[in-house]
Amino acid sequence: MRQSRTLYDKLVDDHRVRSFDAADSALLLYVDRTVLNEYTSPQAFTGLREAGRSVWRPEAALGVVDHVNPTAARRVRAMPDPGGQKQTDYFHENCRDFGIELYDILHPLQGIEHVVMTETGRVLPGMVIAAGDSHTTTYGALGALGFGIGTSDIEHYLATQTVTYSRLQTLRVEVTGALGPGVAPKDVVMALIREIGAAGATGFAIEFCGAVIEAMSVEGRMTICNMAVECGARGALVAPDDKVFAYLKDKTGLTAEAWRDAVAVWRTLRSDPDALFDRTVILDGARIEPMVTWGTSPDQALPIGAVVPDPEAEPDDAVRRDLKRALDYMGLTAGMPLEAVAIDRAFIGSCTNARIEDLREAADVLRGRRIAEGVRGMVVPGSSAVKRQAESEGLDKIFSEAGFEWRQSGCSMCLAMNDDVLAPGERCASSTNRNFEGRQGLGGRTHLMSPAMVAAAAIAGRLTDSRRLDR
Amino acid sequence: MESFSIVSGTAAPLPAANLDTDVIMPKRYLKGVDREGLAIGVLHELRFDADGRPDPAFILNQPGWTDAAFLVVGPNFGCGSSREHAVWGLRQLGIRALIGTTYAGIFYDNCARNGLLAVTLSPEEIASLLVLVSDAARNRLTIDLPAQTLTTADGEIHFNIDANLKLRLIEDLDGVGATLKDADRIRAFEAAYHAERPWLASGRRSSY
Repeated sequence: MRQSRTLYDKLVDDHRVRSFDAADSALLLYVDRTVLNEYTSPQAFTGLREAGRSVWRPEAALGVVDHVNPTAARRVRAMPDPGGQKQTDYFHENCRDFGIELYDILHPLQGIEHVVMTETGRVLPGMVIAAGDSHTTTYGALGALGFGIGTSDIEHYLATQTVTYSRLQTLRVEVTGALGPGVAPKDVVMALIREIGAAGATGFAIEFCGAVIEAMSVEGRMTICNMAVECGARGALVAPDDKVFAYLKDKTGLTAEAWRDAVAVWRTLRSDPDALFDRTVILDGARIEPMVTWGTSPDQALPIGAVVPDPEAEPDDAVRRDLKRALDYMGLTAGMPLEAVAIDRAFIGSCTNARIEDLREAADVLRGRRIAEGVRGMVVPGSSAVKRQAESEGLDKIFSEAGFEWRQSGCSMCLAMNDDVLAPGERCASSTNRNFEGRQGLGGRTHLMSPAMVAAAAIAGRLTDSRRLDR
Repeated sequence: MESFSIVSGTAAPLPAANLDTDVIMPKRYLKGVDREGLAIGVLHELRFDADGRPDPAFILNQPGWTDAAFLVVGPNFGCGSSREHAVWGLRQLGIRALIGTTYAGIFYDNCARNGLLAVTLSPEEIASLLVLVSDAARNRLTIDLPAQTLTTADGEIHFNIDANLKLRLIEDLDGVGATLKDADRIRAFEAAYHAERPWLASGRRSSY
């Protein structure tokens, strides 16, 4: 075993049931918990049924309906879409038959799986959590190694409590200094993705560190870990600190003694001072500005004050072709200021940016203002608990008075598997994580940005620098 | 799952970077509870026009490539959502192997679980291969997985692949069955792991 280890290697070593190779890179990895959703799990359960297998540890799984459910004000179990209905019916049957707890659409704790898992205290430092959704990386904010898996691996997990795993390389991302006023965690991760590219961390687990990360709230760290997958990282960690312990204190239900023992161990979960990383990237926090995407890949992002790039300036043929295609899809022309891009829709939601802090950040911008004529704004809280919290703080009124629709929780228009979709050609300022072609609806155009930037864009009716709106 | 040994077929160039799983398998094909009927969904917006007719401009609809068994792809293929439907669909469309420089992690694992070989070559090798397979007269390849070679009209290319993954593709292993042979080892690990971490052992359900 290596003398000095990174936090990532400690977590992997702690969960190694066995190695498959001499280099200790191919492993059978023990997984502490999972969360299941209705659309990536059905075939996994069918596989178990057909092979006559049971679930190894049903109490270590939670089912949450989040992707296909409508977000209209009045909740009912019936889905307007027969496919969604079939998936949720089968999900109910599977959770019941295999003894897995389910937060269905009418459950008071329903929400987006990654929001629910953290806010109910199911994610603890030192855990490994694998789940059938790529944004499982979110859990790194609490010092847990979370990563997305496919349906075959869900079946493997359910039957064995393990996954076969290839050890990743480690990438240390240090964000130095301090963020300027009005610069959000979303801007930090978008600046990173732009810097290293959409495949920049493929094959790596990221450890975020530095003064900016230390100063960042736990929810802010969730945002950056959540989006680390958009630069290819299959895991993103922040060493757990007192902020994390304070975040968890009232959520775990542990006895005082168990809590004390746990925290003592959790404090050791950090990279050794002389641990070697395979690669290091340093970002100067003071230079990060509010970011927006202009294209169809999350790395096609720029500071809001920039102009749409010119493909002709790109020397590489393949890259130039991709840029042209992105501009064509997005209906933009080279040289156009990003702040001149008019929007039709504003969406605040998703596992990236629909936690209570995100809603507060957007509401701060919207307080006492109205969104522009012709813009349709939607707020979809990350969970039912977030929704209730926001209502207790009066945020729902701020959103409604500004002209936003206040809706029920779910994944909603982040991936538009329910009835919340962009029409072809509609342009949306979005707090989500992906601006892929067709992501928010066939032919829809997505610009990613922080919740405050979405709010500002809704007010201006076009992409705009939220820092110009005094709060 | 079909095992993979030596496979010959036509290769089609698909050079775009960051082709994500939303494009490979659009969301409207994700409403099933089984793995059936996904071939139609593969790259649907690229393959078909607004009226659902094959778009003659797209490579897989052109004479010489309609029966492609291999795709030569751009970097970071399969990024985005964890949806395994993308891989199931590619297999149902008759795709046996992908040849590219980098693949997104979850997608790469999903390929391995479903008998879809994802070959990794250098950017230079991919650039030449893209030119080669864009010529309908020279777009046939043979992939020999045991020998780890890819034979083209221009010669032979060696590729590297993880030994366990190679074995899995050749032998068509039942991954769950193989792991369950280690059940005692997993149980022993689990007992020791939880004993050291009493705060996890309760496995408590949330009563929040």
